[in-house]
Amino acid sequence: MKTLEANAAQKVESGRIVNDFSIEVATVNGSGSQSSNSVLMRSIFQMGIPVSGKNLFPSNIAGLPTWFTIRVNKDGYIARKKEIDILVAMNPQTAMEDVKNLKPGAVCVSPQELNLSAVRSDVKHYPVPFTELAAKATENIKLRKLVTNMIYVGVVAELLNIEQSEIENAIRRQFKKKQSAADLNIKASDTGREWAKENIRKDDPFYVEKMDKTAGKIIIDGNAASALGCMFAGIQVAAWYPITPSSSLTESLIDYMKKYRVDKESGKATFNIVQAEDELAAIGMALGAGWAGARAMTSTSGPGISLMAEFAGYGYFTEIPVVIFDVQRVGPSTGMPTRTSQADLISAYYLSHGDTKHLVMLPGSVAECYQFAHDAFDLAERFQQPVFVLSDLDLGMNNWMSDPFEYPKTPMDRGKIMTAEMLEAGKEFARYKDVDGDGIPFRTLPGTNHPNAAYFTRGSGHNEKAGYTERPDDYVKLMDRLLKKLETAKKHIPQPIIDKNAKAKLGIIAFGSSDPAIGESRDQLKAANVETSYLRLRALPLTDDVKAFIASHERTYIVEQNRDGQLKDIIVSEYPELATKIRSIRHYDGLPLDARFVTDSIQSQEK
Amino acid sequence: MVASTPKPQSTNRIGLTLADYKGSPSTLCDGCGHDAITSQIIKAFYELGIEPHNVAKLSGIGCSSKTPAYFLNRAHGFNSTHGRMPSVATGVSLANKDLRLIGVSGDGDTASIGLGQFCHLVRRNVPMIYIVENNGVYGLTKGQFSATADLGSKLKTGVLNELPPIDLCGLAIELGCGFVARSFAGDPKQLVALLKAAASHKGTAVLDVISPCVTFNNHEGSTKSYKYAKEMETPLHELGYIPFYEQITVDYEPGTVTDIELHDGSHLRLKKTERNYDATDRALAVETIAQAAKDKQFLTGLLYIDEKKENFTDVMHVVDTPIVNIPNEQLRPGKEVLDEVMKGLM
Repeated sequence: MKTLEANAAQKVESGRIVNDFSIEVATVNGSGSQSSNSVLMRSIFQMGIPVSGKNLFPSNIAGLPTWFTIRVNKDGYIARKKEIDILVAMNPQTAMEDVKNLKPGAVCVSPQELNLSAVRSDVKHYPVPFTELAAKATENIKLRKLVTNMIYVGVVAELLNIEQSEIENAIRRQFKKKQSAADLNIKASDTGREWAKENIRKDDPFYVEKMDKTAGKIIIDGNAASALGCMFAGIQVAAWYPITPSSSLTESLIDYMKKYRVDKESGKATFNIVQAEDELAAIGMALGAGWAGARAMTSTSGPGISLMAEFAGYGYFTEIPVVIFDVQRVGPSTGMPTRTSQADLISAYYLSHGDTKHLVMLPGSVAECYQFAHDAFDLAERFQQPVFVLSDLDLGMNNWMSDPFEYPKTPMDRGKIMTAEMLEAGKEFARYKDVDGDGIPFRTLPGTNHPNAAYFTRGSGHNEKAGYTERPDDYVKLMDRLLKKLETAKKHIPQPIIDKNAKAKLGIIAFGSSDPAIGESRDQLKAANVETSYLRLRALPLTDDVKAFIASHERTYIVEQNRDGQLKDIIVSEYPELATKIRSIRHYDGLPLDARFVTDSIQSQEK
Repeated sequence: MVASTPKPQSTNRIGLTLADYKGSPSTLCDGCGHDAITSQIIKAFYELGIEPHNVAKLSGIGCSSKTPAYFLNRAHGFNSTHGRMPSVATGVSLANKDLRLIGVSGDGDTASIGLGQFCHLVRRNVPMIYIVENNGVYGLTKGQFSATADLGSKLKTGVLNELPPIDLCGLAIELGCGFVARSFAGDPKQLVALLKAAASHKGTAVLDVISPCVTFNNHEGSTKSYKYAKEMETPLHELGYIPFYEQITVDYEPGTVTDIELHDGSHLRLKKTERNYDATDRALAVETIAQAAKDKQFLTGLLYIDEKKENFTDVMHVVDTPIVNIPNEQLRPGKEVLDEVMKGLM
């Protein structure tokens, strides 16, 4: 595969850089720029060119700086790219710094009154009279701020050669039910385009050209994908407490369920979704529902995970199915709630007091957000325990291109449930007895009409029959069985995806949203004659594949988005004999991982 | 099942014996008020002929929260975490609205660590009986004051409580609870009537039952001792409960009794005392509780009732079948739905 550098060099020579650049729009939040940025991104996507969009926003409702970046890449690289090629500097608060960060040769579109050309002469400036154009686009003074957003879309579209018909399609789609809003926005974009046509003499290399790489693809954010996974898993109860960046997961779920999970005859819901008073109550409700036999989940982020710790241990010890989504953000404490991170790995894996180890799923794409959300309910009910699904803000809240999701191939696995009929037929029931040798006992559901069905669930020590005990042997037996269950689960959790390169001395291990950057980095390394193998971890506990992968390479770099190398710690504590072969790369500034960071980190350690 | 054993002499309307409503032997201290309450729960459920398998017993942490193990062995039980029973109960109800929920908590579990969840349970009006076995101390951790201890009450060690109590009945009424009662573990006749009425109520029924702790709070100077409660108890009315499956007879002087029809068609008869208390008057209930606190009176009975209030199941607008009983095929939308969603994202 050709490297990016080679491609870029090739293009510049011919004077044109086609379908390989990044755009950054700097605005203030609450200004309505999100719609226009979506339109810009979608119009490029509609032209068949791979795109990815990332919204860098503050924890605030209005008036603080926000940046939206669109990466256009013909080769399909969708990780964040640090360098900005085209800046649309709409925010006077940050314009100076935004321009200063550009590399020579970049493009800057800005309101002319900001006079940014005075700041950098090695950048191609296109000053635009936005105020004047907004007045032209609408007589309504209140709307002028909003239409300004669509005017820059028009200007950029003209500069890059995005067809107006694509812009119009994207606008119609964005304002589906609001015909007048669509008309106004189309007019605004056209105003920008017409002005650019007449007043700008293009003097930069960036262009888009039609491709056929996005046909049949979808664009979705990870939270909506997870919500879809929940719906097709047949979710019955969800309880949640709003927290960035997970709120949109359950909010998307509510939207989908209201549309597709309402009884047609009565118009009534076949589910219950409750906004709880806090995260403690949210997981309490989900556990109560799971205990009663419903497929139940809660969704949260780091601070919520902390609050759920006690109940997580309760669910583990009493063996109640529940799915917990953690859309990770930067901590500790409030940290940076609108920035991304992978720093809840250890806290989720071991969440609670005492000896606890949970099943943790680590989706690495929106397709896996969907798939794992679905699978998590099967796993939770099969293994009768809390299952964590860890995505992050980057995966959860940003828009990603993907192949369409597949309809579940298997029926719902509701796990081992002892029914009244089975009891009537003489089956013996002891709630915590390992009858099949896999560590997984049978459970009965409340309401089961049989005198032997009931049992008493308690967080205190319990024997096979769920009776209270403080006997040392009972406790050890129970704890060992829980561990056995985890062993059984290793065969059922998503296995790592391994790309083994026979020529490679170096291995890379990563998980979650780091995947796109790793793929791109491996190409960069290959271009520099550094061969690598890659293992993408998709769940905890670790399986023997991980051990074998590390053992078969001279050095393995564990790349993760946290300060302390949490996955590295888990791996080293599990396989201490491999510790000397392990190197750690940690990215923790709150921004999504980029390929260049990984490449540079590996190359500097390999010197 | 029952049919295979010789038919016992005394059975209820569904053919079960009192023993079928019992639990494991209590491990609480001899004479504990909680055991007296347990006995009345067994009696009430037996006499009402409630199917035990259709009951879910819930509790938090503390001496009181152990008691669900001591009644209704044929019902599933959930001894949850400290102060969090309300959320678990809410989840159980969301999953299976046809289960009858009975929650047992204590004053520490409800008025301190669980105050928030208690408030939100009541606010949502989750259909359940919520019993607070209130003794004013933490028994299981050996006698610290709880948040319902009265001002001026003394610990065994002589320590004086200088903080005002949280009145859970007053709070429940404030939060819109439609069934609020206060009783005493030493008044079984009143308690069993209230328990039955609570079982006939549609939403959350809060019963704050003074239940003396014989080990840590039954001494001179305590306002939650047997002696104090017995001497001070002032019933607001005499209670009579007529279940829906029994015929109503008129055997009282007109004007001496208030008859309240409960949600399931049962009736509660409140025989007036000289106080002439109206349990359907919310403002009066609030005022009465405040006045009693001021006068250091221990008022018992049904403090407030509103049988019209919608419960949490009503406001969730769900299908009639309990969510948990909906077959798998109806839970997972068809492939055409996924196709439609995917098309919309292209």
